[in-house]
Amino acid sequence: MSIRLDKPFQVLSEENIKPIQGHLGVYQLAEPNGYVIYIGYAGGRSLFGLNSELKKELLQREGKETLFRYEVNMQYISRYEELVMLHQVDYGELPERVQKEHPHKVGRLTPLG
Amino acid sequence: MDYQLSEEQQILVDNVRRFVKEEIIPLEENLDPDAGEINPEDKQRLISITKQMGLYGLGIPAEFGGPEINVTTQTLIAFEMVQHRAGLYNPSFGAFGGAGLAQLFEATEHQKEKYLFPVLRGEKTSFFGLTEPSGGSDPGRAIQTRGVQDGDDWVLNGSKIFISGADQADFGILFARTSEDKGRNGITCFLIDSDMPGFNVRRVVHTLRSTKYATEIQIEDLRVPKENVLGEVNKGFAIASDRLARQRIPYAAGCIGVAIKAQEMAIEYSKIRETFGGVLASRQAIQWMIVDNEIDIRTSRHICLEAAQKADRGEDFRTEAAMAKLLGSEAGGRVVDRAMQIHGGYGMTKDLPLERWYREMRIRRIGEGPSEVQRLVMARNIIGGSFH
Repeated sequence: MSIRLDKPFQVLSEENIKPIQGHLGVYQLAEPNGYVIYIGYAGGRSLFGLNSELKKELLQREGKETLFRYEVNMQYISRYEELVMLHQVDYGELPERVQKEHPHKVGRLTPLG
Repeated sequence: MDYQLSEEQQILVDNVRRFVKEEIIPLEENLDPDAGEINPEDKQRLISITKQMGLYGLGIPAEFGGPEINVTTQTLIAFEMVQHRAGLYNPSFGAFGGAGLAQLFEATEHQKEKYLFPVLRGEKTSFFGLTEPSGGSDPGRAIQTRGVQDGDDWVLNGSKIFISGADQADFGILFARTSEDKGRNGITCFLIDSDMPGFNVRRVVHTLRSTKYATEIQIEDLRVPKENVLGEVNKGFAIASDRLARQRIPYAAGCIGVAIKAQEMAIEYSKIRETFGGVLASRQAIQWMIVDNEIDIRTSRHICLEAAQKADRGEDFRTEAAMAKLLGSEAGGRVVDRAMQIHGGYGMTKDLPLERWYREMRIRRIGEGPSEVQRLVMARNIIGGSFH
């Protein structure tokens, strides 16, 4: 089982967000070339889970072409931490916004593959 | 036995209760319901308060600069410091210090300088690497991680699972088999730095709890200098065993403290929630749940304190500690479950901490040795001997 979030990206648009329900889970935002620029989660305080978190992102990214992918996951905190660590492994640094938001030390991961 | 608190104990308990109410719970109101960490500035502020209270690093001996609070008083404090949403796995967000790595108090001077003192100063963190994919209930026999001596080094190979904090720790205590066919008498305990080549954290192991997640680690040709052997070669299992026995008391106390809070919430809610023209508290079905909760809390608290008192007197407390762990974790689960039932639909939501405690409490019947192993430990001590 891949531990990376490897679903295909979709364009961040109202139309693509609409079918997503209020589940809890994690998501990534990326530039059109697929470079991940943000990792976030819809947690217990999100009003309508992934749907509302992605809508907020859409508003913030207005005018900038952005891709997204998500994963419904009740263990959203540990999955989020895992994705943050994997990003550090894959890119050698964290996205700027994640760096600002992430409150504590990021763990070290050496995944197989 | 008389568990009347001394005046000093009562003051400490009251202070910790106030600290949780005034400092911890307000912080949690702004966090995600599953959050396990607070920002480092808040943590440092909390630690400065517990240091002023003389309660940082509760069990750390005075010779190492700690308050050296006895096990009974630590247990009384543990009942209090877990009484918040994240409390079961991160009591007061670590404001009272960690377990103190008691195994390192007996380390060599070099080991103390390199590992113990930085931990006590809050500069380094550690993990405890015992359980393996081959089994955790009988680690003495299940350990397949191998240590082979090569000149002045030991070369380790193997894997560990369900290890909390390995991804963030600076070093760890890791157990490996160093002598074949000797069972428990062939295990050695090593201190390993997490930046040593060959130390790999392969994945996060996702479980019912999100906070303090577990990891799987893989050790590949990791060279450890011989001065990093903790204790004696082939006598590592005694270190693991001692740690497991000691850990059972605070582990039980955590479950009981959360149960106390859940019961408090259930009683409060039962007095205000009305159904069919009367408050829930007037219904026998609810009264019995609350009474059963109280029986569970008091019996497990009693045994937990008995174990702590025996530990303080220097007596063999293994039976009582196993009993406390079994009772505390099982009773805690039942109490939280009943509290959820009393709260109805709200009890299932993330608006309240009950659903988080329910998930996390389930792990407590497995973690630090499942109920079945606790019964085995008690049977060995009560009947005598070891059976196969």
